[in-house]
Amino acid sequence: MNARRRAHPRPRSRSAWLDTRRRLYVVVVVMGLATFALVARAVQLQLIDKAFYQQQGDARFVREMPIATSRGAVFDRHGEPLAVSSPVESIWANPQELLQHAERLPELAQALGIGLDSLTQRLAQRADKEFVYLRRHLNPDAAADILALKIPGVASQREFRRFYPMGEAMAHILGFTNIDDQGQEGLELAFDEWLTGKPGAKRVIRDLHGRIVENVDLIRPAAPGRDLTLSIDRRIQYLANRELKTALLEHGASSGSVVVLDVASGEVLAMVNQPSYNPNAREAVEQGAYRNRAVTDVFEPGSVIKPFTVVAALETGKFRPDSVIDTTPGTLPLAGHVIRDVRNFGRVDLTRLLTKSSNVAATKLALEMSNEHLHDVLRRFGFGEATGIGFPGESAGVLPSPRGWGVLHKATISYGYGLSSTALQLAQAYAVLGNDGVLAPPTFIRDARNPPRQVIDPQLARTLLGMLETVTGAEGTAQRANVVGFRTAGKTGTSRMASAGGYEKRYISVFAGLLPASDPRFSVVVVINDPTGRDYYGGLVAAPVFSRMMEGALRVMDVPPDDVEGLLAAVPANARRAPPARAEANLPQEAEAVPDAFAGGALR
Amino acid sequence: MVRLFGIVALLSLVVASGIAVVHARHAHRQQFVALTALERERDELNIEFGRLQLEQATLAEAHRVERIARTDLGMKFPEPAELRVVRP
Repeated sequence: MNARRRAHPRPRSRSAWLDTRRRLYVVVVVMGLATFALVARAVQLQLIDKAFYQQQGDARFVREMPIATSRGAVFDRHGEPLAVSSPVESIWANPQELLQHAERLPELAQALGIGLDSLTQRLAQRADKEFVYLRRHLNPDAAADILALKIPGVASQREFRRFYPMGEAMAHILGFTNIDDQGQEGLELAFDEWLTGKPGAKRVIRDLHGRIVENVDLIRPAAPGRDLTLSIDRRIQYLANRELKTALLEHGASSGSVVVLDVASGEVLAMVNQPSYNPNAREAVEQGAYRNRAVTDVFEPGSVIKPFTVVAALETGKFRPDSVIDTTPGTLPLAGHVIRDVRNFGRVDLTRLLTKSSNVAATKLALEMSNEHLHDVLRRFGFGEATGIGFPGESAGVLPSPRGWGVLHKATISYGYGLSSTALQLAQAYAVLGNDGVLAPPTFIRDARNPPRQVIDPQLARTLLGMLETVTGAEGTAQRANVVGFRTAGKTGTSRMASAGGYEKRYISVFAGLLPASDPRFSVVVVINDPTGRDYYGGLVAAPVFSRMMEGALRVMDVPPDDVEGLLAAVPANARRAPPARAEANLPQEAEAVPDAFAGGALR
Repeated sequence: MVRLFGIVALLSLVVASGIAVVHARHAHRQQFVALTALERERDELNIEFGRLQLEQATLAEAHRVERIARTDLGMKFPEPAELRVVRP
């Protein structure tokens, strides 16, 4: 402008005018170019590169924040909580920022309750990172105290911790989660996907210090984990755990399991194992204590298999419940080995076979049928096949193919050796006898019915039930299984533990029972491994556990007594039919019969 | 003249709709903030509920109930001699 003004007062020469005009053009062109450049730049910024700059701007202020969500809770069949997630705070730091304020580290270390050395070391290791956990799963109040120190670069994050109010009684079924809330064992693992929530996301605007100024938008709503209702009854579970624990102490046994099934639906009402652990504080737990033995561990069931041998015999049509078998002299030489009974039972019918638990009679039955038939019957009762309960690590047990059975193998299978099963499989098989021959596959989930299947004739199942009632009668091996006021059906088993190269002088005491026998509702299996005390017979070790826990269970489940006469007889005279007094008369009359090492020997 | 009127009318509609957009956006943000606050309240209540459930389960734990019943209150299951069966 100054140049033009100075040019005006002297327009004399043409060249000077031209000069002025030319200069004007130059200015206009330059201005025009400048304007164009500005517009072009604006177009570039606003239209062409808009997305990039918008993103860069947002990246500095707008953040996507996760919305924490909790894991679904687990309830028992009456809605009582068994596993609940509760919020905790995890303190984390940005090492880059925190290390710039190193003078505050001692204060922080003290507040966190960790050593200054280890804190400095941890920060130094991650000095180039932007995130390090300082302490996880703190009580929210404790975390608030630490945040109140306002140390730069220290923040907290909400997480969830799992609590198990039932403690060790439910530990095996539920399993546990790791610190990141992922299922590691048991049903927590099996139903991990169902229980896990999907964290949501929201968009927020943050200021220079990272504080949230405003919630802008919801990207994904958080989907909390779904709840799970189990078929377990908390009270029966507690009773089973208490009685099992007592029995283990009393008999110096190493481990044990109890399974209670609802006969009609196959629902698992209780399943406990010992040794157990506290899922709320898992430090220093022995590895073996984590196993849900009732589902993962197999054993040779021994005499509790005999009812199924009898079923197989009755199905052939060659035998009737009152068919008589001569077991004299109580031993039976077979293929170079000797099958033994506890003593000579003489001539027994099939009922008495079960009452007295005769190995010789069971063997004689087995020898009258084909390998395939015995195998088929056991198979139909679910042996050698996973139950489909969906528990991680479930074992299917072993039922060898009948083609390979020799005569001796068939004989041992008839009284429970040479095949193996889990406690759950046994409970399932006994439930069939109490459910008119219908096998209802077991489940842990309430009202989740798997399709049941008819595996034996209903009349046959009822016959067997009547035969098994004699086992708890005056002459049976399991008088201590009786529950006052109730008719009890069941079978004892005492098997030797298999080990490399033979059988040890260690025992597994088993009792499988059905209650109440007039119309069974519960199928119960009690397994006690390696009782080291004087008693090791199933009828003396496992049966009392059954009796004591079911007495309580029948009461809490409001089951009316089906043996009112027995109740009346027991009450006024103060003479209970199931003797709580440790009458020596209930001990087996004979000393231990040492069975052939190979053939094992199912004691009573 | 008609065309001019039309243009003015359209222009004012454009301006009005622009203002409406701004208004709606503002309202959306306010609603979202309110929603977030309510959701936080809901979560806190859920969490409190979980904590109370946990507390209740701990207090009602069968072992504890049994201990209190037996030792503190001196309760016991009646002996057979103390039972009377009522016939229907």
